[in-house]
Amino acid sequence: MAATTSVPSASPISGSRSFVRRLREGDEVARLITFLFAVSVVLVTLLLIFALWQGSALARHKFGLQFFFTRVWDPIAEQFGALPFIYGTLMTATVSLVIAVPLGIGAAIFLAELAPARLSDALEFFIDLLAAVPSVIYGLLGVFIVVPLMRDYVQPGLKATLGFLPLFSGPAYGVGFLTAGIVLAIMVIPYIISVSREVLMSVPRDQREAALGLGSTRWESTWKVVVPFARTGIMGSIFLALARALGETMAVTMVIGNTPTISASLFSPGYTIAAVIANEFTEATGDLYLQALVELGLVLFLLTFLLNGLARLLIVITSQRGSGTAHA
Amino acid sequence: MSPRLRWRKFVSGFMLAMTGVCALVAVSVLFFILGYLVYHGGTSINWSFFTKLPTPVGETGGGMANAIVGSAKLLLAASLLGVPIGFLGAIYLAEFSGSKVAFVVRYAADLLNGVPSIVIGIFAYSLVVLPFKHFSTLAGGFALGLMMVPITLRSTEEFLLAVPRALREAAMALGASKWKTIVTVIVPAAYRGILTAVLLAFARVAGETAPLLFTAFGNRYWSPGWNQPTASLPVMIFTYAVAPYEDWHRQAWAAGLVLLGLILVINIVARAILARGIAVPRA
Repeated sequence: MAATTSVPSASPISGSRSFVRRLREGDEVARLITFLFAVSVVLVTLLLIFALWQGSALARHKFGLQFFFTRVWDPIAEQFGALPFIYGTLMTATVSLVIAVPLGIGAAIFLAELAPARLSDALEFFIDLLAAVPSVIYGLLGVFIVVPLMRDYVQPGLKATLGFLPLFSGPAYGVGFLTAGIVLAIMVIPYIISVSREVLMSVPRDQREAALGLGSTRWESTWKVVVPFARTGIMGSIFLALARALGETMAVTMVIGNTPTISASLFSPGYTIAAVIANEFTEATGDLYLQALVELGLVLFLLTFLLNGLARLLIVITSQRGSGTAHA
Repeated sequence: MSPRLRWRKFVSGFMLAMTGVCALVAVSVLFFILGYLVYHGGTSINWSFFTKLPTPVGETGGGMANAIVGSAKLLLAASLLGVPIGFLGAIYLAEFSGSKVAFVVRYAADLLNGVPSIVIGIFAYSLVVLPFKHFSTLAGGFALGLMMVPITLRSTEEFLLAVPRALREAAMALGASKWKTIVTVIVPAAYRGILTAVLLAFARVAGETAPLLFTAFGNRYWSPGWNQPTASLPVMIFTYAVAPYEDWHRQAWAAGLVLLGLILVINIVARAILARGIAVPRA
């Protein structure tokens, strides 16, 4: 709603007079001040992109695309390759999604389709609180609860049963890709649940009633009609969760073991982009070292930027489709 | 009932029960977290935790008084930066702007909201720490404030837009200018929502650790003024938890309990304010 629309059918002359009046009454001043604040958000965002680009110039020129394919991270020899960190980031994020997606979507189905409204709202309240728990708290529990549990029970157990797979081989340290992935999964589940629940609830009623009317069971109507209808939005929630998982820093830093390794074993300690920035940024001596870390930050920024954009698009598409057919 | 139908009904019941289990597992995590923190943290909390400085390495005892004050100062600085920008920016979006400018600002805010907190830290480092050549409370406050902006902006805008048109028109018809309408009618009508938005943004950044690592850094002592590195609760939890000292672990649990308690209380209060009846009836 623009300010000018509040002056109906103004002729050019009265228009300029009303500008003077608006100025005297403070409208133009208020408009200008609030405009400056709103625009500062855009400027800061541009500045952020510029700072990341500028701050990594040296490293970008020195290593070029090789940066992404080099395994060596040797600050003393000034050799910097991002491959182990990219590998670790993708590996932990994959593990977390493998766990979080079925659990999250299952819970969202329960909240949207089965639970009575009051129970659903109450559980959603707890899910929202869970989303508010800070990363460092997850890290704290990860270090003292999850890591010993993994080392003493889960990893030996997996090794005994599925040890023939390269994924579950090697010594059980407790820390590593698997542990980081599990902690990440716990952290992103609330996002998947909240968004998926909303998307599922926006599926029009007729879809369910039509499926039930044709004689399907409750689960069949949910799984074969409602979920496919909301598919795009659920994908959106997964991308959102993925973006969170990639950028998550503290909890991962505390349980991944902080060793730049590339190993097929999920038990192996590793490193992620966010974790290496957190650990080494203040210790980085020399411009090239610091700039290589900033370039890692740039990579992380671009990854999450793309995923978030995609997620928003998918969620908007579904909710529009849902409300569109509801009115039809 | 044919065997086929019986099988379908069984599958239906089984899968629906499984979704219930999923929901139960997801929600129970919250109670596990709370339980462990209360169990480990509750036994470690004592008076000196709130009143004493950290002791040198190897000595037991001491507290985190400097980190508590440091966190308070960081959050104050963050709020002074983040709330005005978010609030006034939202007023522009909801009341003044055309759709093109609004689209760009919303887009930038959403982008900023999605930036990983560690990258915000890098940004604050290059913008505030590098020019001043040292870590400071201001730099940490800047990083946290930046994270408050998009949350405050987007939700405030939503609540402002929810104010019914009739209220605006009534104020205009009485001869009030636009900004008078905003100040005396629209903002008061939406204040519950705006307060909730600000509180949630505050709670969100209160636990942020990553952007503070290389902006506020850390400090074993008091940090006078705004221009020196300062301790903060989240960073203390991190450093204490990964350190090899038993007594530090104990204090990390205590700090975790205090921090999570604060954040959950703010969250619950914020939601209670909103749920108590939105002051704005839907038109």
